[in-house]
Amino acid sequence: MANYFTENSDILFHFERLNLKEIVDFLEDDYSQSSSYPDAPINYDDAKENYRKVLEIVGDLSANFIAPRAASIDEEGATLENGKVIYAKGTQESLDILSQAELMGMILPRKYNGLNFPTTLYMMAVEIISRAEASLMNIFGLQDIAKTLEKFATEEQKEKYLPGFSSGKYTGAMALTEPDAGSDLQAVKLSAYQDETGKWFLRGVKRFITNGNGDVLLVLARTEAGTKDARGLSMFACLSDETIKIRRIEHKLGIHGSPTCEMQFNDTPAELVGARRFGLLKYVLYLMYRARVGIGAQSLGISQQAYEEALKYAKAREQFGKSIYNLPVIANMLIDMRVTLESNRSLFYATSVWLDRKEIYEDMIERLKAEKKPTNEVNEKLKEAIKISNLLTPLTKLILSEASNKITYDSLQIHGGTGYMKEFPIERLVRDARITNIYEGTSQLQVVAAAGGVINDVLEDYFNAWERKDYKGSIIKLKETLIEIRSIFKDALKYVKEKKDSNFQDVASKDLVELYSYIYTGYLLLDEANENQNKLFTAKRYILDSLAKAKKNAESIKNELYSDILYADSILI
Amino acid sequence: MSFNSIVMVKQVPDTANISGQVMKEDGTVNRAKLPAIFNHEDRASLELALQIKDRFGGKVTVITMGPPRASDILRECLYMGADEAYLISDRKFAGADTLATSYVLSEAIKFIGNYDFIFAGRQAIDGDTAQVGPQTAEKLRIPQVTYVEEIIDVSETSVKLKRKIDGGFEILESQLPCLVTVLKDALFPRPFKARRVMAYKNAKTLLELEKITEGNSLLYIDQLKDEYFNKGWYIHTLTMEDLKLDETRCGVHGSPTKVHKVESVVLAGGSHEMIPPSKEGLSKLIDHLMEDHILG
Repeated sequence: MANYFTENSDILFHFERLNLKEIVDFLEDDYSQSSSYPDAPINYDDAKENYRKVLEIVGDLSANFIAPRAASIDEEGATLENGKVIYAKGTQESLDILSQAELMGMILPRKYNGLNFPTTLYMMAVEIISRAEASLMNIFGLQDIAKTLEKFATEEQKEKYLPGFSSGKYTGAMALTEPDAGSDLQAVKLSAYQDETGKWFLRGVKRFITNGNGDVLLVLARTEAGTKDARGLSMFACLSDETIKIRRIEHKLGIHGSPTCEMQFNDTPAELVGARRFGLLKYVLYLMYRARVGIGAQSLGISQQAYEEALKYAKAREQFGKSIYNLPVIANMLIDMRVTLESNRSLFYATSVWLDRKEIYEDMIERLKAEKKPTNEVNEKLKEAIKISNLLTPLTKLILSEASNKITYDSLQIHGGTGYMKEFPIERLVRDARITNIYEGTSQLQVVAAAGGVINDVLEDYFNAWERKDYKGSIIKLKETLIEIRSIFKDALKYVKEKKDSNFQDVASKDLVELYSYIYTGYLLLDEANENQNKLFTAKRYILDSLAKAKKNAESIKNELYSDILYADSILI
Repeated sequence: MSFNSIVMVKQVPDTANISGQVMKEDGTVNRAKLPAIFNHEDRASLELALQIKDRFGGKVTVITMGPPRASDILRECLYMGADEAYLISDRKFAGADTLATSYVLSEAIKFIGNYDFIFAGRQAIDGDTAQVGPQTAEKLRIPQVTYVEEIIDVSETSVKLKRKIDGGFEILESQLPCLVTVLKDALFPRPFKARRVMAYKNAKTLLELEKITEGNSLLYIDQLKDEYFNKGWYIHTLTMEDLKLDETRCGVHGSPTKVHKVESVVLAGGSHEMIPPSKEGLSKLIDHLMEDHILG
């Protein structure tokens, strides 16, 4: 039987390589949980075996249950009937079976009936499910909301909300966006007020809310009347009730299974989560970081399927007396797709592990503080993990979502006219991919988020270490190419810094961020090629291609390509 | 009011993925050449048993007669929600037909005892006889209802079921205990449950535990068995001796069925004929279909 986990050699490659020991040791309280929970592992190897077994279920259900429903989910879509959102039949069936398989609380502690998995393994599941049906991810991936509550809510709130997530009884929604507050969430207006007993109520409108019909809502609201910035915003949790009206759901280009709601809160009772005034600055930021990695996984899943469709079609389609797979131009496109896919996956799982580290160090510090033990050592590790994941998260979201657009585009191209027709799944994948570089922060915003880390060269020590490392055979040559790309980067960065022009820097950031991604991803692939001969082709094409692109990026900056922005009004007639 | 069920399951060759030399000269299947899977209708019958447990409580026990590697599907039963599993395995069971198989299974069921329902798939995809269920019921001297699609209601002493018949269905009532064979399309089996998979992935039969002790002189099989039993990881393992069976009724000795000949039938298209869309054409078509025994 088909299985999207066990039959995907590249995911398996990454699964085998994952080294999460430090993370899992902590998550499992040094495996003491195994004395109270029969599903808890007894050591790291056992944990890994658990992860493998559970991903096998995800891979099986994705390939054999969810994927066959993708076309009908797309066609039917979620609908709004009498103010109630109805999922497409296939969406509901898929959610039901994922709930039955106990996969809806993967990252929650066992105490709340979760599986207590590290984020990286959950992201692997998200990737696999997205491949089967991209928009199902938008609901499956809402486990991050539960995780946010687990991190910041009171014990009482956790007891109230979390077990329902694990059982699949509850789905969630994060209600942040408003008509006038999209990328700029500081402008959120929905107001939260207290009655004389101190109870909170929400009043206002939210728009573009994925799964706004969910049962547990995390709502960003203005608690400090009269304020206009982020410091007046707080985070609330509430169970959906009759005070919330779904006014409409959007008709979208893609991800039809995911209902995108406009919601009106009419004095909805809600509970404050965490501290007042930290809604956006702390909790939403935490949630958004996880959600962005989630969109990376979604992009990767769509890319994988688009690649599979292209490969299958190219082999089957005969023109000029042979299958088009044998035409060099097509083979070249397919190799490009495959190399992009694999390099994306390397970047993705590296990022995901950093996110895991960051969260584990935070929890470690909490625990050490509670035990009144010194935290200095972990503080240092946390500082590092924050610095790195603050760079890698937006960088990965940027690169992977743009790539999923490119890969689906090329896959449709390989299908030719057939691909433009509804009969083949590729047109759906093209439409589904299109949102990935828009929501959870557009690509342009991801550049802004990543630029700081790039300009401060936060990976400098890692790059230095890689440059000192010994590699085998032909890999040495590739290392030299990466050293060259790095010097191109440094050169371009120096140029931007010396110019001391913030407008110029804003526009040039895209090139700088891309340059930086070539170096980081390039070294990841170099390490993989050093271990596994099969990865040599991937590393080679990726790195040589990156050199060509790097030169272009640098030329754009140094030739003042963007200086005409000053004359925008004269050009944009 | 709770009900205990015993579910008979079978590991079968994956006939949807046949390749190479799968048939032996004597007409039996070379199982080693085929991937082995959980017989679909047995999985559906387990689902029905689990639904009864969900509704009324009780215990679900699964049994299989087969070679040591049949333990794979017993673990899968545990992953779905079965409470206890039995592997009925002995070299002397090899080559059994439905008569010998139903003898062994009925004796194993008597050994386990305490049941309200026996469930089985309608038939297994390797033999397609649909005989083991009914024969087991006969040997246990309990009523049987075959081709069941749904359990409508259960009382303390009886069950009302929906059974598929040609052109429709019938609703029957039977006394308990009874044996029920289930159609695969009637129920969609539940998936493996993540937490149960993690909890039972190490469940082992006695034969598998013996393998572990073989290479290790410090491990004693009885201790290991106790340890696994206490963790809920022990898959009961019963041999001919454990069940005190009559050897002449087991395996190849107890099997009057002998395969006479196996033929590979290739269905290929031959010639074709255009039939005009007229009254004459239509009656000609009907004549042809009747000649070929497709109609009539």
